[in-house]
Order: sequence, then structure tokens, then C-alpha cells
Amino acid sequence: MLSPIKNDAVIRARDVVVVLNNQTVLNQLSLDVMRGEVLGFVGGSGTGKTVLMRTILGLVPKRAGSIEVLGVDLDKASERDRRSIERRWGVLFQQGALFSSLTVLQNVQFPMREYLRLSQRLMDEIAMTKLEMVGLPANVRDKFPSELSGGMIKRVALARALALDPEIVFLDEPTSGLDPIGAGDFDELIRTLQQTLGLTVYMVTHDLDSLHEICDRIAVLSEGKVIVSGTIATMLQSEHPWVKEYFRGKRGRAAISAQA
Amino acid sequence: MALIDEPLLRSATLGDRLQLAAAGSWTAPHAAGLEALIDDAVARGRKLSRVELNMAAVENLDTFGAWLLERLLRGCAEAGRGISVTGLPDRFHGIINEAHQSNRTSAEQPHEGVVGSAVAGTKRALATITQDVVLNVAMFGALVFAAMRVVVKPGSLRLTSVVHHLDRVCWKAVPIVLLITVLIGAIIAQQGIFHFRRFGAEVYVVDMLGILVMREIGVLIVAIMIAGRSGSAYTAELGAMKMREEIDALHTMGLDPIDVLVLPRVLALVIALPILTFLGSMAALYGGGMVCWLYAGMSPDIFLGRLREIISIDHFEVGMSKAPFMALVIGIVASVEGMQVKGSAESLGLQTTASVVKSIFLVIVLDGIFAMFFAAIGK
Ligand SMILES: Nc1ncnc2c1ncn2[C@@H]1O[C@H](COP(=O)(O)OP(=O)(O)O)[C@@H](O)[C@H]1O
Ligand SMILES: [Mg+2]
Repeated sequence: MLSPIKNDAVIRARDVVVVLNNQTVLNQLSLDVMRGEVLGFVGGSGTGKTVLMRTILGLVPKRAGSIEVLGVDLDKASERDRRSIERRWGVLFQQGALFSSLTVLQNVQFPMREYLRLSQRLMDEIAMTKLEMVGLPANVRDKFPSELSGGMIKRVALARALALDPEIVFLDEPTSGLDPIGAGDFDELIRTLQQTLGLTVYMVTHDLDSLHEICDRIAVLSEGKVIVSGTIATMLQSEHPWVKEYFRGKRGRAAISAQA
Repeated sequence: MALIDEPLLRSATLGDRLQLAAAGSWTAPHAAGLEALIDDAVARGRKLSRVELNMAAVENLDTFGAWLLERLLRGCAEAGRGISVTGLPDRFHGIINEAHQSNRTSAEQPHEGVVGSAVAGTKRALATITQDVVLNVAMFGALVFAAMRVVVKPGSLRLTSVVHHLDRVCWKAVPIVLLITVLIGAIIAQQGIFHFRRFGAEVYVVDMLGILVMREIGVLIVAIMIAGRSGSAYTAELGAMKMREEIDALHTMGLDPIDVLVLPRVLALVIALPILTFLGSMAALYGGGMVCWLYAGMSPDIFLGRLREIISIDHFEVGMSKAPFMALVIGIVASVEGMQVKGSAESLGLQTTASVVKSIFLVIVLDGIFAMFFAAIGK
């Protein structure tokens, strides 16, 4: 083990190299995500935030390195172990990735139907609870994804990601496309869930308010590596040019003054 | 972690009170069992006057557990029984509040009877057929207008696109068309020889093969193959573009999707189908000729001589003149179906199937109409 503290890292990535189309997207990247924390992941557009998330989820093959999720190396795990890990995480994809031929309610119930043997009544009620938790009105339940707005798609996708009350949720830009009030509610919801369920949140975001409000720790991705990680205070002290510009530039300052 | 042996909910009746002791993990994996316990507790609670719930021993609680607790509370409240909850750990308050606020409005679905739904179904089917006809005619009209715009201003034709589609629907289709028509020609000849031989009339096989292939089979087989191969591709492409709002994007840029997407595709098809029909007919004759030679010992000289006697330019014209019209039908149906795709992957599949089925059906109907027409004018 590289890390001296073999404590509660739910995700442990070591020297991950990912090459897509002869382009090295991730270069010897290492990252730990601790149990129960909200990790905010930032980086310029196209630096590989989505690729890293997909690599952790096992959707993108890596050239070198190892990734453990909940203590299991998914490359070496048996099919059964993989399945059991997969039901312990929830994923919100950048584009929502809702099943287009299922209604909103069916989308949210889909993982429950696959993994739990529940009565239809309980599934309906739980799915409605989830939808209301993410701030959707009851009348969306029978709509199809093509009939929803971008922000509503994000919310339904979050409800589906939370369907099984997972231990880890991966969120790829959850608040982009939401109005500021909606984004604030979203942050609050993530906070509530994290506190009550002990949820670990891995969140790719560009929302400076989210970063200030709910992230326990922030990691910055640049040139295929995590260049800085730490609390918002660490970010504000960093002298790396990109980090400086990001957190202490014009918009960064606005977010800081909003906190004050 | 959770004590598996511990029952999730234990109940005891004490006078007129129901005492419930909760324990363990009130989480998703245990939700099915817990639901039964909760419903049972509600049913028993209704018979008594008070319910007391002690949550102190609950170790984990997620949305499933929180909702089932809420269901218990609501069940008792509905029956007018008082319920008191004690020992609830502070860390669960957030999630319980969320559950408390949910499922307040019940969304009841309007229900129509069997007769009502049958009537509605028939109405819908009729409306769909009418709409189909209207849409296809409208697409034809739009294409005619687009073609006229091109005639007035030839520079506006998207030539690159036409050539690209021509490559896909014509050039790339040649091998499969040749392969299948050679086989069809060979099979027709083989069957003919087999039956005509009994009357010593083998040479008439050439008559049958020549006329059948030139007038009917050549164009029909090729049109059906192209409907399946290229019509379905057109529908799927246009449908996927519709799904991802690419067609709307074209509209907002002031471009007509008919000009940009449909006309080049249909034009390519109208050019391609006669070429493929010609190649296919030749291949079918070749296949038939080979069988006559190898199977019936009819030398190529005799075969060709007989063919020349039988086939007049009329037969060739009849077959070839049908091809562009069939191409037009395939192209229009494929485009209309593509534009009909709604947001879901399922509708893309449905529309693609509909496109192939409808265009094959219409191609055959059209062939029948042509047969009557040519009979009437004596060709
Ligand atoms: N499937 C793919 N094939 C090839 N290159 C890809 C693929 N997905 C992403 N990339 C490349 O990887 C880089 C990182 O992309 P991504 O992780 O999506 O960026 P972001 O940080 O904005 O989420 C980009 O340069 C992108 O072009
Ligand atoms: Mg991304």
C-alpha cells in the first residue's frame, strides 16, 4: 500500500494511466476519496474529469494503474463481487442517461426492480419520495424523458442514482443547467443525504457555490494529474496559476463574498 | 454492522397499548420484510387505542426505512390512534423530514373501461392512417418544391451530399444485389428446367426467365432489398437526428431539412435504383444462363440466341421505368417515418420497422398498378 493511513478510503486510485485515441488523458493519476466526504472535482473543460469518473466506474479501460472501490479492485474481482459493488453506488451521468422508453417513475424504480423484491406499492411510494426529495412535482411521474427540461432530467437522473440509497454517488456536473435556486436546493439535498445516510459524494462540478457550500475537500485536475487537493482554504492559498485564477478570479471572488 | 438476528420490529400488546420496539438496519435490503411488519403493526394498532414506538435500537436508516416509518405514522393517524415515537437518534431527523413531506398528493389515473378503450383505440388507428397518407403526400409535395428550387437555381443542390449517399446506397450495395439476383435467376431457371423438361420444352425456360426478370423480378427484388437496406438506414439516421434536436437546429439556422437532408437522400435513391435494377437483371440472366448451361446442357450460344428473339426493348423499358418511382416511394416513406421519431429509443425502432414494412408493401402495390397500366397500353 502506498498510502500510510490505510483508513477509510472508499475509492483509491493509484498511478492510473488512460490513453484514448493516442491522447494521454490521465497520466499517473492518484486519488483517495474518504468515506462520508463530499469531494468536489474541478478542472478545465476537456481535462478528463468525466473520463476519470468513467474509469473508476469501469466504463473506460485504463492502460496502467489500479483502482479500488469499497476495498475491491474491480479488475480482479469476480463477476459477483462486481455486481455487489455496482448496487452500492449510484451514478448521475453528465447527460442524464435516462432510459428513453421508460417513464420517470419507471426510471427511478428500475434499479429497485432489479435488485430488491419489493411490492409495487412500496416501489411506487419510495420512487415518489425520491422524486419529491430531488424537488420534482408529483405530476412528472408519468412523463417520458423526452418531455422533460434539461434541469428536470438532471433531477430525475439524481433520483435514479439514489434509488437504492447507495454508499457512493458519482455526480457529473449535477447543477449545470439548473437555476441558482434549484442548484441551492440540490446542494442542500446532497448535504442532507450525506449527513443522514453517511453518503460519500464524488462530484464533478463547476459550481463555485457548491464548492464553497458542501464540498469537504476539493481536487483539481490538470494535465492528467490531481495537482492540488484539500479544503477550500487550501485552494484559496494555492499559488498554481489555474487554481489561483479559478478560485480567486472575478467569479471566484463573487462566490467568496457571497459566503461572507 | 446490523444484527441480522434481531427482528426489525417487535410488537407487544400491553393493555390498550401496542408497544413496538424497532432494531437493526431499516435499509433497502431489508425493506421487503420490514414492509410486512409495518403493515401488520398498523393493522394491530387500529384495534388498540395507543401505539408506542421505540426507535432507539435502530442502527441504520435510509429512505426506505424512513418512508416505512412514515407509513406507520400515517396509518395510525388515519385510524385516529395516537402514536408516540421515542429514542429516535438525531442523525436520522433529516431523512425522516424528507419522507414526512413526500407522497402528500395522490396521483390517481383516470381509468377508461374496456369498450371505451376499444373505441379510443379504433379512433386512434383511423387517425394514424389518415395522418400517414397526409404526411406522405405532404413530403412528396415538399420534395417537388425542393426539386423545383434546384431546377431554378442548380447551384443550391447539395451535390457532395448526393454523391456521398450515392456511394452508400448504390456503389456499396452492388455486391449484395449481384449476389442475390444471380441466385434468384439461377433458382428460376432451375425450377423452369425441372418442370419444362417433362414436355421437352426446355428452351422455353429462356422465355420465362427473360420476361420475368426483365419486367418484374429484377426491379421488384432490388427495390425490396433497397427498402430494407437503405430505407431503414435513412429512417434511423433522420430519426436519430430528430431525437437529438439536430433537425430543430437546422430549422433555427434558416435551413430547410428537406433541402439539406431529404432531397439528397431521395435523389441518390432515384438515381441508384435504376442502376441497381439494371445490374441486378443482368446478373439474374447470367445466373439463369449458367444453370441452363450446366444443368440442362443448353450452350450459351443457344441461350443468347433465344433470349435475343424473346426480349424486345419493351420488356426492358417496362422494368426500368418502374425503378425510379419505386425509389421515390421508398425515399418518401423512409423520410416521413424518420421525421416521426419521438424522443425515445423505442420509437426509433418502431419507426424504422414501420418504414421497411410500409415501403415494401407500397413497392408491391405500385408494381401491381404498373402491371395494369402496361396491360392497358398493350406493352
Ligand atoms: N470516447 C472518447 N474517445 C476519445 N477521446 C475522448 C473520449 N472521451 C473523451 N475523450 C477526450 O478526453 C479528454 C477529456 O474529456 P472529458 O473527460 O469528457 O472532459 P471533462 O473534463 O470536460 O469532463 C478530451 O480531450 C476528450 O476529447
Ligand atoms: Mg465532462
